[in-house]
Amino acid sequence: MKAPVSWIREYVALPDDLSVDDLTAKLTMLGLKLESITTPADAITGPLVVGKVLTIDKEPQKNGKVISWCTVDVGDANGTGEPQGIICGAHNFEVGDLVVVCLPGAVLPGNFEISARKTYGHISAGMICSERELGLGDDHAGIIVLPADAGAPGTDAFDVLGLDDPVIEFEINPDRAYALSLRGIAREAALGFGVPFTDPADREAPAPNGDGYSVIVDDPVGCPVFAARLVTGFDPTAPTPGWMAKRLEQAGMRSISLAVDITNYVMLELGRPIHGYDADKLAGPLRIRRAEQGESLVTLDGARRTLSPQDLVVTDDSGPIGLGGVMGGDATEMSEKSTRILVEAAHWDATSMFRTGKRHRVTSEAGKRNERGVDPQVVAVAADRVVELLVELGGATADAGVTLVGEAPAQPVTRIDYDLPARITGMAIESEDVVSILQAVGCRVDADADGVDVTPPSWRPDITDPYDLVEEVARVVGYDHVPSVLPPAPSGRGYTQAQKLRRRVGLTLAGAGFTELITYPFVGVADWEKLGFAEDDARRQTLWMANPLNAEEPQLTTTLLPGILRALGRNVGRGNDDVALFEHSLVFLPSGTESAPILGVERRPTEEEWAAITKAVPNQPLHLAVAIAGQRESAGWWGDGRVAGWSDAIGAVRDVARTLGVDLTVRAAAVAPWHPGRCAELRVGNAVIGYAGELHPKVCQAYGLPARSAAAEVDLEVLIEHAVEVVAGPRFSSYPVAKEDVALLVDASVPAADVEAALRDGAGELLEAIRLFDVYTGDQVGEGKKSLAFALRFRAPDRTLKEGEAAAARDAAIAVAAQATGAVQR
Amino acid sequence: MSGPNSEYDPVEVTPLRADQVEAMRDAALAAISDAADLDALKQVRIDHTGDRSPLALAKREIGALPPQARKEAGQRVGQARGAVNKALGERQGVLEAEHEERMLVTETVDVTLPTDRSQRGARHPITTLSERLTDIFVAMGWEVAEGPWVEAEWLNFDALNMGEDHPARTMQDTFWLEPSKAALVLRTHTSPVQARTMLTREPPIYVVCPGRVYRTDEIDATHSPVFHQIEGLVVDKGITMAHLKGSLDHMTEAMFGEGISTRFRPSYFPFTEPSAEMDMVCFVCRGENSEDCRTCRGEGWIELGGCGVVNPRVLISCGIDPEVYTGFAFGFGIDRMLMFRHNVADLRDVFEGDVRFAQPFGVEI
Repeated sequence: MKAPVSWIREYVALPDDLSVDDLTAKLTMLGLKLESITTPADAITGPLVVGKVLTIDKEPQKNGKVISWCTVDVGDANGTGEPQGIICGAHNFEVGDLVVVCLPGAVLPGNFEISARKTYGHISAGMICSERELGLGDDHAGIIVLPADAGAPGTDAFDVLGLDDPVIEFEINPDRAYALSLRGIAREAALGFGVPFTDPADREAPAPNGDGYSVIVDDPVGCPVFAARLVTGFDPTAPTPGWMAKRLEQAGMRSISLAVDITNYVMLELGRPIHGYDADKLAGPLRIRRAEQGESLVTLDGARRTLSPQDLVVTDDSGPIGLGGVMGGDATEMSEKSTRILVEAAHWDATSMFRTGKRHRVTSEAGKRNERGVDPQVVAVAADRVVELLVELGGATADAGVTLVGEAPAQPVTRIDYDLPARITGMAIESEDVVSILQAVGCRVDADADGVDVTPPSWRPDITDPYDLVEEVARVVGYDHVPSVLPPAPSGRGYTQAQKLRRRVGLTLAGAGFTELITYPFVGVADWEKLGFAEDDARRQTLWMANPLNAEEPQLTTTLLPGILRALGRNVGRGNDDVALFEHSLVFLPSGTESAPILGVERRPTEEEWAAITKAVPNQPLHLAVAIAGQRESAGWWGDGRVAGWSDAIGAVRDVARTLGVDLTVRAAAVAPWHPGRCAELRVGNAVIGYAGELHPKVCQAYGLPARSAAAEVDLEVLIEHAVEVVAGPRFSSYPVAKEDVALLVDASVPAADVEAALRDGAGELLEAIRLFDVYTGDQVGEGKKSLAFALRFRAPDRTLKEGEAAAARDAAIAVAAQATGAVQR
Repeated sequence: MSGPNSEYDPVEVTPLRADQVEAMRDAALAAISDAADLDALKQVRIDHTGDRSPLALAKREIGALPPQARKEAGQRVGQARGAVNKALGERQGVLEAEHEERMLVTETVDVTLPTDRSQRGARHPITTLSERLTDIFVAMGWEVAEGPWVEAEWLNFDALNMGEDHPARTMQDTFWLEPSKAALVLRTHTSPVQARTMLTREPPIYVVCPGRVYRTDEIDATHSPVFHQIEGLVVDKGITMAHLKGSLDHMTEAMFGEGISTRFRPSYFPFTEPSAEMDMVCFVCRGENSEDCRTCRGEGWIELGGCGVVNPRVLISCGIDPEVYTGFAFGFGIDRMLMFRHNVADLRDVFEGDVRFAQPFGVEI
């Protein structure tokens, strides 16, 4: 909502020396959020004058453009009194029009200096300005054509255009719909500065009579008040006066025609949207009802709209002629020939307006106000104000008939105790202040010993609850008076174990050289293709968005791999050659068929209702993914580097498991998107928590990754659930250790983990630790074989091992390994 | 010097004469001090203390002496050997020290060589900033509550006093899930966690809820369809807006330093009444001579987010008696705070996963 300061001042006796900054500061503290303050003159240096176009020569150019070579009367402003020759690219004006001329020496917004210069074979001595060039708006479709009464040629255009008048733009919150009018903003200014307010709606509208245009309201809930007034003999050629055009422009609306401008002007002034019909195009009485199935309507914007039985429509004998309160119809629109105008001012049900606007995706100035709630007392007076202006400015005659159907609904009474505002805000507020503030806001207040019964003013449909009144009192007292007091310290239990462990996991991976990232969860079929997921892969079963940002990515991901691999590819593409990433994030698993119930809000949900909600919310487990490409260890003066690979991905998960004290079991697996021979299944107990390994060559290719890039993804929630909560204090022996090395020959297909498990199994209780320290394949062991070298450490808890004891245990281990895995000692 | 000898033996054994023993000792001491290195000293040790050294031979002679002479001769030889061994030990120490010094010199390396064998890792600054914020509240005794990202429509809107026709619903561009009858959304704010908390815990409630939220904004330098909020909720007896202000002032001071307090401007949110927008004093210019301040663009204040007293309607739908309890809530953007606190120019950097973004932030922020 844009409000020129001069217009605000018309209704409120603000001190003359009040600065616009002080005005907006006060209004901000009352709840009108400041968007911007614009004083166009600040960015412009004259001369900027009214010019009268004397001649226009259209001159086609070689580049296909047609330019206008104009002579413009600028009075004495150019010092000579001679017409000024100016080249202009626009064509929306005619000889005789008044335009805004910027003479050489002027500076326009953006430090654009105007000088006489040679162009298109003429000396163009200045510029005919558009709105955008003056910083008044975005309209660059044509130059500004001033109203005929704007002023004589050579008149300073600053005042004509209101360039010196600051325009305040507010962002109006839903509970302050009344401030979508100058009436409302001025009222707030009066409240803020404690000065008198002149209500522009304070006028006596003529009493309704039976002679007015016939209006039948079938749906008084949807349309509680409807006023109609007829004017005749309107001069459709009458121009919009300069003062009105200026204010409309300042408020961000274009001047269109007098009749339309008047309806817009009154809407800005009083907040009440007005519709004007060409009465000659109406057939029979107006009827307000809900639309019927199958009806349609072409609205003012030319769109044909299929109506819903929930839409409120204005009809005549021809059927629907307007989407009540939202947008008028094309067929009965006022035109440049209309002389008989039926003025409609009506109060509409806000909820219905909101739904219709949403259903038809219409946003209009009228709809914006009607769906937020307009003062229901300002219906007849708004119609009367329009009639007054049509008569005054358009030479029309007001018809004696006055139609007014229905009456404004009564405002509900809300009671508060005197101490409520203080109890809620923590500010010291006396009972008398509560009364006087609520009265100043416009409420009717019936006070008794404990509190007040408050009837809010008609323009405040938002006030329905005691706390709404608290806010009214608080904002007038001033939020800056709220003291700063720490609440009593609660006895919190700190972070949960899971929250602490998540942090520990992040620190572990960061310490291991991985960098965390955050990706978007939006995916589509292309991602599944790149990952090589089969059609029936469970991970392709996802939740879908109804309104995705990108139609190619309508799914919510079940896996972190698409995001992290995209990011890995992006890093590699940007020359970050050696990159290790991790992400921990929720993934979205498809839900069942249950819908989440929309419950009431008057009470707490029952246990069953709550269960239904929690059941319908899809399972969203916390996953962890790592991805790695390039060198894990760099080459340098110390020697060669080491290219990252499958073992780094598994290793990262092992690091995390170790940090959590979880035993991780690793088995071979073949799952997309991993290399089928280099993919590990990761288990905790019997639960598969994820996979890790080298990415399939096709996947590397698809994501632009170097060969051997690796990744892992696990369910972090399960890992964290299995985390050791209390570490058992270790007991260890101080007797000497006995070390035995073992080299075993097995088939290449035998997992080392199996051999290790068998050795562990056979070695007995004296075994303290076992570690695989070498794997050898090659000529010395023969085709299809590998040699695994293990270091075994033996120790007894209570004594020094006897000669040969460790060797015997080692032999026992080898025997079990031989039996279990076919291992042969080398 | 031999003492009186009752059993006079006219033959004094030659090698055990005092002057001879002293000569042997002096020869050994001279050799020791002449030994230039450990190898030479080793030879000196063999020559002067070995089995065939004069002093060793002299010691062997002692047995041949008459008993009366043995004691004195033994003392004489023993003292000489002691002196030699001591000198050897000392010389050994000196030479070893010299040797080590030389060795260490030869082992000198260029310590300015790079040591970057492995990559450095980092946590995402959104994660660490979120933790830093929750740390402040946890230190005050609050707890951290969390909730799902796909959320029931009722929890995201209705329970928070945003019914189907609430104008505020149009202020938030919501990702809806298919099918629409499922009544599920990607949560548009962290506020459903408020409702979940009130529905699953008894007051007093002191929680802070950080997390990811979603709105249908196309990504650009300052917008992202995925972003992060942190929300606070307190429900207890006797809670007022003053406690809200106190908690926020504490947070901004803990985060940005002494004197960085907040202010309220009246605003509107369906879930709070009265509602306010909160600003904090600009931590760069501190509101003084702020005209040129790029952080607050000359305002002296930085917009933080929204807050207010929990609307009793919300308490009611979550089963809390507003006659007994009052509460406050606040929420603000973590991404936005990251941007203004660390002068991050483009929000896209936060979500693109380029490692150069997160790495300078390390593991704490």
